[in-house]
Amino acid sequence: MIYHDVVVVGAGLAGLRAAIAVNQKNVNVAVLTKVHPVRSHSGAAQGGINAAMGNNPRGGFDSVEKHAFDTIKGADYLADQPAALKFTTAAPGVILELEHWGCPFSRMGDGRVAQRPFGGAGFPRTCYAADKTGHVILHTLYEQAVRYEHASERDNFKIYDEWMVTRLVIEEGKCRGVIAYHLATGKVEAIMAEAVIFATGGAGRVYLPTTNAVISTGLGLAIPYWAGVPMKDMEFVQFHPTTLFPTGILMTEGCRGEGGFLTNKDGERFLKNYSDSAKAMETAPRDIVARNMQREINEGRGVNGNFINLDIRHLGAEKIMERLPGIRDIAMNFVGVDPITTPIPVRPGQHYTMGGIDTDENGATCVEGFYAAGECACVSVHGANRLGGNSLLETLVFGKFAGEAAADYVLSKSALKKGDGALKQGLDEELAKFKRLTESKGTEKAGTIRDELGRLMAEKVGIFRKEEELKDAFKEVKNLQKRFENVSVSYSGMKFNQALVMALEVEGNLAMAEAIVYGAAVRKESRGSHFRTDFPKRDDENFLRHTVVTWDIAEKKMKPSWKPVILGLFEPKERKY
Amino acid sequence: MANTAKFRIFRFDPEKDRDYRFQDYEVPLEPGMTVLNALFYIQDNLDQSLCFRVSCRAGICGSCAMHIGGKYRLACETQASIAKDSRVTIRPLAHLPIIRDLVVDMAPFWAHYKKIQPYLQPGTPDPERERSQTPAERSRLDILIDCILCASCHASCPMTASDEAYLGPAALVKANRFAVDSRDNALEQRLKIVGDEHGVFRCHTVFNCSLACPKEIDPAGSIGNLKRLATKHFLCKPEVR
Repeated sequence: MIYHDVVVVGAGLAGLRAAIAVNQKNVNVAVLTKVHPVRSHSGAAQGGINAAMGNNPRGGFDSVEKHAFDTIKGADYLADQPAALKFTTAAPGVILELEHWGCPFSRMGDGRVAQRPFGGAGFPRTCYAADKTGHVILHTLYEQAVRYEHASERDNFKIYDEWMVTRLVIEEGKCRGVIAYHLATGKVEAIMAEAVIFATGGAGRVYLPTTNAVISTGLGLAIPYWAGVPMKDMEFVQFHPTTLFPTGILMTEGCRGEGGFLTNKDGERFLKNYSDSAKAMETAPRDIVARNMQREINEGRGVNGNFINLDIRHLGAEKIMERLPGIRDIAMNFVGVDPITTPIPVRPGQHYTMGGIDTDENGATCVEGFYAAGECACVSVHGANRLGGNSLLETLVFGKFAGEAAADYVLSKSALKKGDGALKQGLDEELAKFKRLTESKGTEKAGTIRDELGRLMAEKVGIFRKEEELKDAFKEVKNLQKRFENVSVSYSGMKFNQALVMALEVEGNLAMAEAIVYGAAVRKESRGSHFRTDFPKRDDENFLRHTVVTWDIAEKKMKPSWKPVILGLFEPKERKY
Repeated sequence: MANTAKFRIFRFDPEKDRDYRFQDYEVPLEPGMTVLNALFYIQDNLDQSLCFRVSCRAGICGSCAMHIGGKYRLACETQASIAKDSRVTIRPLAHLPIIRDLVVDMAPFWAHYKKIQPYLQPGTPDPERERSQTPAERSRLDILIDCILCASCHASCPMTASDEAYLGPAALVKANRFAVDSRDNALEQRLKIVGDEHGVFRCHTVFNCSLACPKEIDPAGSIGNLKRLATKHFLCKPEVR
C-alpha cells in the first residue's frame, strides 16, 4: 500500500502552499490531484489578492485592522472575527513571500508591487498582475513546488498528477487515508496517510451557469461529508456581478475597480438608484451589485431583456491593454466584442462557495488528522459574502497554516501506519461502486441530471430565494438523487473513463445541493449573498450563527445543527456602501 | 441535418486497439457553441467512451490544446461553427505518446520544463520588503508569463519529433522568462542548461511554435534571445548580459 505521512488532495494554490509548508517541516508529503497542478481553477482568478501594504499613494493609512474590518463588514458579520484578523495580519507576508518566489506582480513607478481598488475595500489594497493574477501566482507556486521537489530526498515531496481521490477513510474518529483513481492507468488504490489535507476548491458546478471550471464540482466537499465531516454555511453562494453573457466566463471585478461602469438598456448607471450601492456605485461589494443588476433585469431594464452592459470604453485603449488585456481577449474570442469600442454583455452568475468543510483557523476539523484549506474549507473569514481579492489570499494563508498544523500533528503522533483494514474495505467498496455504475442497466444519464440540477439551483436557489421555491427545490433535489440511482455509464474501460468521473462528480453535486437548499430554507433572514424575498431583513437575534449539516452515516441522512459566530472586535452594524 | 457541426475524431487505445482510427460525429449547433462544448455533447449524448482533457473552458488552464482543422488550437476558444460547412478533423497533440483518444502523456513535456530550473534564483537572501522592479523591467516579462503550458508549440515543432531530449519551445520560453527577469541572478547556469546540443541550438528556426501559440507568445523569439545570450556567453565570457 502506498504510504505518505501527509497527503494533500488538490494542487491549486491552497494545496501547493500546504504541501510546501509540510515539506518545510521536513515531513513526507504527497499531493494527489485530478488535473495537473497548473490546470487547477486557481489559475482562473483574475483581479488580484488583498493585503494592507500601503503601496498605493491613496492607501497610505491602510492597516491589517482596516482590512479585517472590511472583510467582516463584507461578510455581513458572519465571519469569525479573530480568524479574520489572523487572516489579514498574515496578508502582507504572503505578498512578500510570493514576490520573493518570483511572482511577476504589476509594479508602481517606484518599483513596489502595484495595488488597485476593489469592491468593499476602504483602500486600494488589491495587488495584481494585470488581469491574470491567479494564473501567475499558480505558476509561481508550481515553480516553487518543482524547486522543493528537486531539493527533497527519497520522494519526500511528490506530486501525483491525475490521481483523483474519490473517498476519505476515517476509522474511530481518526483519518487513515484516501482511495484514489489513477486516470492514466485506470488503477484504483488505497493510500495510507497520518494526515490528509483537502484543498479541492469550490462546488461551483452545482450551479449552471457558473464562472467555475468544469472540474470545480461538489465532489471535493461531498467526499469528507459522506465520511461524516460537518459542512458549514453552505447556503452562502456568491454570485459574481459580471460574468460574460451567455457563457458565464468571469469578467474580473478589476474592470470596475479600474473605473468601469454598469449600465442598463437606457445607458443609465442604475446602481445610483439603490440605497445600498448609491455611494460606492460599481465598487460596492459583489452581493449588493449582483442583486441590483438582477433587479434591473427582472424589472425589464436589462439590455435586450437579459443582460447588463459592462462599459470600460472610457478607460481608453492604452489602459485596457495594460491593465485588462485578458478581459479583452476573452470578450473578443467568446462573444466577438472588443471592449475598447463596445460594452461587454454581462449578468450575475455563480462564482464562489463561501460555505464548506467546517474548520478552525488552522484548517483542523473535528476528525483527528483531517484538515481543509482554501475554497473547500469554511473557517469562516468570508461569512455571508466574500470580498474580491480575499480568495487568493485565503488559499495561501490557510494553506500554509493547515500544512503546518498537519505536519505538527504527524510529528506528535506515536502510533503510525494504522488503518490497513479500513483502507482495504474502503477500496473494495469504491471498486464495487465503480462497477455498479459501469455495469448498470439503468436508463438515466449523469449529464442530464447534472444539467437539470444546475438549472434548478440557479432558478430556485439563486440570487433571490423564498420559502415555496426552496421547498420545491428540496423535493426536486431529492428526486434527482433518486434518479441518480438509475444512472449508467456505458463505457466500462477504466483508463481515462471521463464519463465515470463525471458521474461520480454529479453524485457529489447532488449531495452538496441538498446541503445548500437545506441551509437556505432554515435561514429565515437575508444576510450577505443569501437574500430571502420573504425575509428581506438581517436578523441578528436569531441568525447571527453558522448553519452546520452533518451526514449521519448509519441513518444515511443529513443532520442539522448550529454553531455560534465568534465576535469580539467589531459590533454588527447595518451594511451600506 | 442542416445546422450541425461535423467532426472526424482520432480514436485510439494503445492497449486494446491494433491501430488508430477516425470516427465521425455530428453535433447540433447552438449559437456560441465551442469545439469543447461539442466534445461534451458527444460524450454526454453520442459516445461515452470518448476522452479528452478539460478544465477551465476559458482559455487560461491549457488543458484542451488539440489539432483542430489543420491547426493547433484550444478547443474552448474555437467556435464549433468552423465544422459547419465541411467536416473538421480533430487529433491529439503530436510528438507525445497517446494515452487514449485525445489524451496524450505529457510526462516528457513536464520533464523538459523541470530541467530548465523553472524558478527564480536571485542568489541573495530575501530582503525585508519586495525586490524592487520598475514597470519597464517588469514589462520585459509581459508576454512571456502568459504561457499556459498547453504544449501547442511542442506538438508543432519538427525538432521535438526528431530529438526527444530537445528542451522544446515551452521550456525555453520559461528559461527566457527567468533570463530576462531583473530579479534573477542565475544567467550563467541557465545558459549552460539551454546551451547544450539539446538546447537552443537544436532549434532550426522553423517558427511553427510562434504560429501555433494560442497566446501569441513567439517562442521562436525567446529561443532567439537565448541563442544570442548563449553565443555571447560562450564566445566572450565576462560580459554576458
